[in-house]
Amino acid sequence: MNNLLARHAECIFWLARQVERSNSIARILDINETFSRNTRGEHDWESVLRLFGDEQNFKTTGRRPTADAVIHFYILDDQNTSSVLSSIRMARENARALRPLISTEMWVQLNGFHNHLSRLRKADLRVENLNRLCSYIKESCQTHSGITAETLYRDESWYFHQVGRAIERADQTTRLVDVKYQVLLPQPGDIGSPIDEAQWNTVLRSAAGFHAFRRVNPQSMSAPKVIEFMVLDRRFPRSVAASVLVANEHLHELRLKHGHTARRSASNLLRRLAATLAEDSAEDLIARGLHEALDGIQAELAAVTDALGREFFLLTETDDAPQPPTESAA
Amino acid sequence: MTDWRPSGLLEDYGSGGFYCELFGTSKRCPPHTQTVRERIDGMSLAEVRRRAQAAERELFNLGVTFTVYTSREQIDRILPFDVIPRVLSAAEWATIEQGVVQRVTALNRFIEDVYHGQRILRDGIVPADLVLGNANFRPQMRGLKVPFGNYVNICGVDIVRGGDGRFYVLEDNARTPSGVSYVVENRHLTQRAFPDLMRNIGVRSVSNYGQRLAGQLAELAAGEDRDPSVVLLSPGVYNSAYFEHVFLAREMGVSLVEGRDLVVRDDHVFMKTTGGLARVDVIYRRIDDDFLDPEAFNPASMLGVRGLMRAYRAGNVVLANAIGTGIADDKAVYAYLPRIIRYYLDEEAILPNVETHICREREGLEYTLRHLEELVVKPVGESGGYGILIGPHASRKALAEFRRRLRAAPSNYISQPVVQLSVCPTVTRSGIEPRHVDLRPFAVTGRSTWVLPGGLTRVALRKGSLIVNSSQGGGSKDTWVLE
Repeated sequence: MNNLLARHAECIFWLARQVERSNSIARILDINETFSRNTRGEHDWESVLRLFGDEQNFKTTGRRPTADAVIHFYILDDQNTSSVLSSIRMARENARALRPLISTEMWVQLNGFHNHLSRLRKADLRVENLNRLCSYIKESCQTHSGITAETLYRDESWYFHQVGRAIERADQTTRLVDVKYQVLLPQPGDIGSPIDEAQWNTVLRSAAGFHAFRRVNPQSMSAPKVIEFMVLDRRFPRSVAASVLVANEHLHELRLKHGHTARRSASNLLRRLAATLAEDSAEDLIARGLHEALDGIQAELAAVTDALGREFFLLTETDDAPQPPTESAA
Repeated sequence: MTDWRPSGLLEDYGSGGFYCELFGTSKRCPPHTQTVRERIDGMSLAEVRRRAQAAERELFNLGVTFTVYTSREQIDRILPFDVIPRVLSAAEWATIEQGVVQRVTALNRFIEDVYHGQRILRDGIVPADLVLGNANFRPQMRGLKVPFGNYVNICGVDIVRGGDGRFYVLEDNARTPSGVSYVVENRHLTQRAFPDLMRNIGVRSVSNYGQRLAGQLAELAAGEDRDPSVVLLSPGVYNSAYFEHVFLAREMGVSLVEGRDLVVRDDHVFMKTTGGLARVDVIYRRIDDDFLDPEAFNPASMLGVRGLMRAYRAGNVVLANAIGTGIADDKAVYAYLPRIIRYYLDEEAILPNVETHICREREGLEYTLRHLEELVVKPVGESGGYGILIGPHASRKALAEFRRRLRAAPSNYISQPVVQLSVCPTVTRSGIEPRHVDLRPFAVTGRSTWVLPGGLTRVALRKGSLIVNSSQGGGSKDTWVLE
């Protein structure tokens, strides 16, 4: 059997990332909305913009960063390439290109998800409906994962999907922790206060990790403990470390099973990142500056993506750069 | 049997004087449609409508759609599906099948001759300028051998049934005919929505098309010491037939590639895979000749593969269909097809052409001028630009103007009578009414020719319309070939 078309590998990698990103945006908007009820009354929605580095992009909308404006920007704004609607639209266009590979059920679900989003109206985005909408988006993203797990043939496309999803999830979890630690950080005197604990509580709940966290840490809800759990705990499926491990394992298996053992730079980067995360403690991360540490992880993940592009998606190859046929051509 | 009269859903149905696919002529109902007629008659309109709506919704959800791109958005549309099937008897099908095989054989012999000895041109059977001056004639194909001498590997023949109940060929599609995905999808839909209508009737299966096609295409690269690698080359997601390309790639189990996925190195074709470059032996291309290779044809093409023609000439890749088949499905050449069949096969056409007058011939021109107000006059080749004249709908002034054009350049035209296409009962807003239909069977040719037992029945959904094209209000029906 031939290897996967390089373009298709790239499409399914990004398809998985776009769906996972939507999942994460829904989770982040949902918790930000909850924070706004717990803090000083009117909450600063600019924090979400800072989290994604979108302050400049948002300015082009000409709107003030009110709840309505920011929610619209991240869910329905089709000028914003990282809004949920844009992501799912791109995911659907990728799915269209992948239709010869993916199951009909995967296509039907993504198509329906997209069509539902494109029919949403202003009222559906009001703050009082936001929780319901975010739940819908999360569930649709999870449905995509479930259908994919149940129907996608386990050839290379499966591995690229899993690697893409895991890399995006690792990246998004670093942002989720950052939104609390960097952006919502209360006055130093508030650390350990009821507000501080309530915020960590919400971060955990948004990642569906609250109860598992309680089982692991029945006694405390301190920053280092939550950071430990969200960033380093390999048993929590949305943690950075667990996601990096998933990406690493799938890429490793892909290379072994499909004759890619010579392509090792993405794999090396992932393995190194996994090793670092295994050695670090939450205290180490905090001592180095958590925000910088999280930024560093995001940069590593971006480097992995670049390496995948060079090694598997043949992004650097052009018609003018002759390349001898590899073994698989013989 | 023949004195059966509908008493339910079809009670008020009348075919309006046309030949009806289910009811035949006013004098005689075809016995092979008896069971279907009775079963439809026994259904209620509400029930038929409910199931029809569910079927169309399913098509939409499954993505059996073509996409219309506007500047702001993409709109997915389905080809409207009419649930009442068109039913052909085994005997009718035998005629169509033999006729299509004969036609495809003659088309292939003709193309091979044109690109080699040009015997038929020297013998004056077909005027040389008509072929050699045709925009679809590809001088690059001169002297090039193709596997088994078969240039047209996938052919769609447009057939209509006249008022006399006989079948006539209206057009051959020898380049990149489309529509076969609907044949299979429509059948699957009928099986799900109307299992009660099909039960115990013995309808021949159409679902193995992809498998047959893949087999025949692999045959074209036989002689390689490994399994030939077949791909389907599509212009991409923006093409209106993209769903069909997806469908075929999946049914065949081959990669669906775009021009940018392929490269030519040392006159061999490769596709870019995660493992590097992988050899390609056969390309089922759904891109026109002009766009295949910017080096050999249209230099502005973004869809093609640079160097493909070199690899093709070197015999390192097979294209299906071959390059240059457009000379065979031109309207001008169509008019000569009965003579072409006689010339190569020494047979009469099993499926006759619609009566066609060749205006470059004196009798043809005289007849056309005399009967202009009854005829459809069509420009041939790429010479036209004046468009089609539909005599019965033309003003006196337009007719006079066209007479002048005909006299000035008679060889640019052929003429045909207006064909009274047969009708089939169809679900409409005002109940079950007759609508005109045609039929496009699909023939696949590797070493030999196989015809899919069925075909695309297109239906003109507008009342009285004879135009079945999807762009002008056409839909489709499931086509049943009985065992």
